[in-house]
Amino acid sequence: MLEVKDLHVTVEGQKILKGLNLTVNAGEVHAIMGPNGAGKSTLSAVIAGKEGYEVTQGSITFEGQDVLEMEIEERARKGLLLGFQYPVEIPGVKNIYLLKAALNAKREAEGLGEIPAPEFMKLIKEKIAFMKMDASFLQRAVNEGFSGGEKKRNEILQMLVLQPRLAMLDEIDSGLDIDAMRVVAEGINSLRSEERGILLVTHYQRLLDFVVPDQVHVLVDGRVVKSGDAELARELEARGYDWVLEESAA
Amino acid sequence: MSDVQTDVQRFLDRLAERNASRGPEPTWIAARRQAGAARFEAMGFPHRRVEAWKYTDVRAIARGDFTLSDDASFSPATAAALTLPLEAHRLTFVDGVFAAALSQLDDLPKGVSLLPLSQALDENHEAVGGPLGRLTGVEFSPFAALNTAFMEEGAVLRLAPGTVVEKPIILQFLSRANAAPVMSHPRILVEAGARSQATVIEHHVGEPEAANFTNLVEEILLERGAILTHYKLQEAPLADLHVASIHVEQGRDSRFTSFNLNLGGGLVRNDLITELNGQGAEAHFNGLFYGQGRQHVDNHTLANHNAPHTISNENYKGILDDRAHGVFNGKVVVKRDSQKIEGYQSNANLLLSDRAEIDAKPELEIYADDVKCSHGTTTGQLDEEAIYALRTRGIDEQTARGLLTLAFAGEVMEQVDLDAVAERVELAVAGKLPERFNLAGLVETAAALTDTSGE
Repeated sequence: MLEVKDLHVTVEGQKILKGLNLTVNAGEVHAIMGPNGAGKSTLSAVIAGKEGYEVTQGSITFEGQDVLEMEIEERARKGLLLGFQYPVEIPGVKNIYLLKAALNAKREAEGLGEIPAPEFMKLIKEKIAFMKMDASFLQRAVNEGFSGGEKKRNEILQMLVLQPRLAMLDEIDSGLDIDAMRVVAEGINSLRSEERGILLVTHYQRLLDFVVPDQVHVLVDGRVVKSGDAELARELEARGYDWVLEESAA
Repeated sequence: MSDVQTDVQRFLDRLAERNASRGPEPTWIAARRQAGAARFEAMGFPHRRVEAWKYTDVRAIARGDFTLSDDASFSPATAAALTLPLEAHRLTFVDGVFAAALSQLDDLPKGVSLLPLSQALDENHEAVGGPLGRLTGVEFSPFAALNTAFMEEGAVLRLAPGTVVEKPIILQFLSRANAAPVMSHPRILVEAGARSQATVIEHHVGEPEAANFTNLVEEILLERGAILTHYKLQEAPLADLHVASIHVEQGRDSRFTSFNLNLGGGLVRNDLITELNGQGAEAHFNGLFYGQGRQHVDNHTLANHNAPHTISNENYKGILDDRAHGVFNGKVVVKRDSQKIEGYQSNANLLLSDRAEIDAKPELEIYADDVKCSHGTTTGQLDEEAIYALRTRGIDEQTARGLLTLAFAGEVMEQVDLDAVAERVELAVAGKLPERFNLAGLVETAAALTDTSGE
């Protein structure tokens, strides 16, 4: 589904990713872990299309198509969706309007018509209940005045409504208390499916107790230095990153 | 090269021609015309050394050679496309000439009199002559003087005390693509009796290739407890020149709500003034101006708190793209002894291009000591991070920019109850959207969620 090959990325002249390889297949949950500054967030930002990231070498393909050639919105419509570590406040644009506009943009790309209002309402009602969010959130401007936990829940809500093919979640667990963590994790688990890939970027193992990954990759200095199953995450939690750093240096 | 004197003379010559071809008139009208012409001749067109016209150059008008139209013919299909899709009472004018065929006056409710000015004068000119000109005299501006000299058509709306008009009343001004540019000087008089209530929509629109000059004067008299909502939806063709003043007099406990929505016109100057003369009177000024290309849009507003316990609240948003130039000058004046008044004013501007320009000047003049007043103005740009965030959700860049631009105007547009009006604004600012951005879908959503929450 997602194929990242020998990816080199430079930000403001600084080399961040230095030959990263990653393959995510449908039905799989991958976790990218690593110490601060390893380039974890850069990977998801490049896949989503954020400006300021220069790909100097390598490729990213999604279902055989060159992601780097696509406009930002095109990536989203094809089902590549990024949940932000720091969701942006969008004053004046109501949450409900964003959800509807985004869903209709995706449907249009898929050759479907606009979603009928009753169907949309039913969908939204179900999803906000699942995320334990109050209906008043829909009427508020996107993320404006939301607490950290509310913003993260809102990101997952968007995922639940838009049903991406590949969900990328950038440090979705940072700043969450245990209750919010459970709700967010349940949201992510509900996204698990045979047709969907999930890419979790996280610094801590905590989230992975709730969302057990199929594969864990350790990113150090712009490269995946070690991959394993969920056990690797637990090991990292217990032993820290130093042993991996030493192993990779050796 | 035309000089100032010949510019003025050209307009006076047109007036002389018109006067010569006009039949006999009541003496008061002839006297007003003369006073208007004399005043205009003495003042000439305003130049930029005058504070009120500092940022607006009217040479495009002064140097123009405009004739007066006598012909209200207009393609019915085009008119139908331009007309707001609203159930309404409607008077239509084409280049200032009354167009009966495009008007809708059949089912006026009891207590409502809506007439073209010419007809109101024919029926009872003295009833018009009393109030007309009381608020906007020839000394107000050279354009008001010019309007008074030329006035012959327009609208007179009278609401008997206690009359509540359900449907909006639309005064539609169509600008036609003519072989040579024309001018019109519409004159509008609204007399709202005690406790009457109505919505008036002044709608300026036309054929895209039109390039005419409209010089409108509107006077609105609100008696005790009258409630009037006034929309000005100005989406005139981009080569049209548009100068207008709206002058309101508010009696005790009256409420005037203005939506001054300016999307069109190449050169636009609006003056909006209210006289809060009775205790408990309230004025709400909501404004939105959107300029692109080389449009120049100037809004001057003034709230005169002439009585204690009066309220004015103003919120103007400017959005300027390309090389458009906007001007906002809002003034609140509190007379001595006008205690316990509230006067709030807010202006925010959004520049969508590096070459767009705004001159914003809020002013407070307070001669009483027990008042609540505030004012402020800000200017900014679209948030690129927010555009990125919207695009990562599949919304194309143009729509994302449009949505954020509309969001900027949100505080003003949320107050607009008429979908047909809101949609015109949204279309101009954000392009075609599937539904009403701010309200309709939202109300539906809220209702649907509330309805089913008790399941």
